[in-house]
Amino acid sequence: MTKNGNINDSYAAKVRMKSIGVMIFLIALTIICLLPIYILFVNSTRSSQNIINEGISFLPNGHFFKNIKETIRLDEIGTINYSAAVGYRNSAIITIGASFLTVFFSAMTAYGLVVYDFKAKTPAYTAILLVMMVPVQVTSVGFVQFMNQIGLTDTYWPLILPAAAAPPIVFYMRQYMKSSFPLDIVEAARIDGTGEFRTFLTIGLPMMKPALGVQAIFSFISNWNNFYTPSMILISREEKQLTMPMMVSSILSNDKLSDLGVRYIAIFLSILPVIIIYCILSRTIVDGVAEGGVKE
Amino acid sequence: MRSSAQNKIRSISYAKYGYMFILPFFIIYFIFQLFPLLNTFKLSLYGNGDAATNTFVGLQNFKDLIIGEGNLSVVAQHKNVIRVFQNTLILWFGNFIPQLALSLLLAVWFTDINLKIKGKTFFKIVMYLPNIVTAASVAALFLMLFSKTKYGPINSLLMGMGMEKPIDFVRNEWNSRFVIMFAQTWMWFGNTMIMLMAAIMGISPSLFEAADIDGANSRQVFTKITVPLLRPMVIYVMITSMIGGLQMWDLPYLFREGTTTNRFTETIAVYIYNHFHNVPHNYGYSAAASVLLFIVTAALGSVCFIMNIDKDAVAKKKQIKEAKKQMKMQRKSSFGGF
Repeated sequence: MTKNGNINDSYAAKVRMKSIGVMIFLIALTIICLLPIYILFVNSTRSSQNIINEGISFLPNGHFFKNIKETIRLDEIGTINYSAAVGYRNSAIITIGASFLTVFFSAMTAYGLVVYDFKAKTPAYTAILLVMMVPVQVTSVGFVQFMNQIGLTDTYWPLILPAAAAPPIVFYMRQYMKSSFPLDIVEAARIDGTGEFRTFLTIGLPMMKPALGVQAIFSFISNWNNFYTPSMILISREEKQLTMPMMVSSILSNDKLSDLGVRYIAIFLSILPVIIIYCILSRTIVDGVAEGGVKE
Repeated sequence: MRSSAQNKIRSISYAKYGYMFILPFFIIYFIFQLFPLLNTFKLSLYGNGDAATNTFVGLQNFKDLIIGEGNLSVVAQHKNVIRVFQNTLILWFGNFIPQLALSLLLAVWFTDINLKIKGKTFFKIVMYLPNIVTAASVAALFLMLFSKTKYGPINSLLMGMGMEKPIDFVRNEWNSRFVIMFAQTWMWFGNTMIMLMAAIMGISPSLFEAADIDGANSRQVFTKITVPLLRPMVIYVMITSMIGGLQMWDLPYLFREGTTTNRFTETIAVYIYNHFHNVPHNYGYSAAASVLLFIVTAALGSVCFIMNIDKDAVAKKKQIKEAKKQMKMQRKSSFGGF
């Protein structure tokens, strides 16, 4: 009896030691994850003098709004090519437009693949899967050349329209529909005399709301963060057209800017919207990743 | 008895709607992806520099980049391409191996029934956060944090702990690579961890219970059950990471001094971008490098595809075929034979 008691105790003790060790490791990892962003925030609340004189600091200061005002001032006199307001507006236009097209047309394509039976169904689906493999750089050279030839560079059309063809999203929606969309409803709607497209809009889409929601969020984040395609298309770097990542890039390569507080706040403002969205919707996002292996 | 009306209704085919619903996708795809892809192939067969863009040079670009014989500028391009492929590989390995090890460790810990971890959801949320931060901003942030002046936070911390001179993290070969590898791992380990967790949770719990009853300790469970069953997911993660690694652009491009490209972190994607964007516009080389990238990606994708073929389903199909054949032969022999 005593022997068994000892073995149980030592096993329990071992498990507890391991748990404690793991917790310490996880806390350290948490700090590493959050520290860069925290320092970014802290430094964006300090004045440039403060950053230079006092080196690193972990406590926020009071210069947040002064730094923002400084970016506006420097932008007006032309020292920097950065404006949070313009950047937000531009990024929002592209992001919202692209996300809407992606979610709507992916749902429509998935609906077509699941609800209907037609000869080209399997080849079409395979084709969609294959498209997923092609890296964006491979098509981008030909893409920008083509846009140049038809005069669409320096506009937002090439940044929004292609979003309607998004293979991973179609894949995700199709999986979702196959497991939770009852095809009888379509039959019932036909008996009632509803047209096919109207069935899709009034019955199909509402039933897919969770999938639509998750994909809308991922699409938003992915489009907001997209730096490559706008850099390729918006060739004349006109300030009134720049997206947020491009504005951050212009701050980086700016030699005339010596105000460190302004640099930090420029970076901070660029990620603020995504961070806010993440704070509100983190559980949905993390669950969505587990479900679908979503590409960023 | 069915009336003719019923017969008619039964034969209504809704197939055409299927075509209509998927049409917009394919139209947009043809215009904005397929045609540009073919255009890239075409451009790779044409010349470089603003003057020569409309001259057909055949496979000369590929010869220049892969073999690199000819005048000095051709040799330089060849060396550049070799260098950027090397950079891409180095940066990918240095990022992927720690990332996979870390994510696997975390995934196993988080799904271990014996290990009591509090606040799993909190940790998952925190560890996924770096993934959603704009890569461009991460590059900008790290460029500032690792600044080589003594005002850079990292350097000021190190000097406060007794280091004499600030470290140059941007222009030094391995230091800048280290920062990129660290940043990539930082951004992606949460994503990999969650995917591996989903894969582990897909393993039937009865296996783990049986192992527990048989007295297996954590390490044995890991090596004999988790790892073998996780192999497909790990391979999938590896291939997608490789394909993603080949496209690494945001970080390597921005982590540089001013506007000069960082020679040590210049990946293929940066090479393609630079030759396309900067003067002289070497569309030919840019497109040729893109085609090379495409070939490598297609090869990797096929490997993944082949590994994912459900061997059981293929074997079953074969069995069914064999059985059908047998039945046919039997019928034939019993009919015409004696």
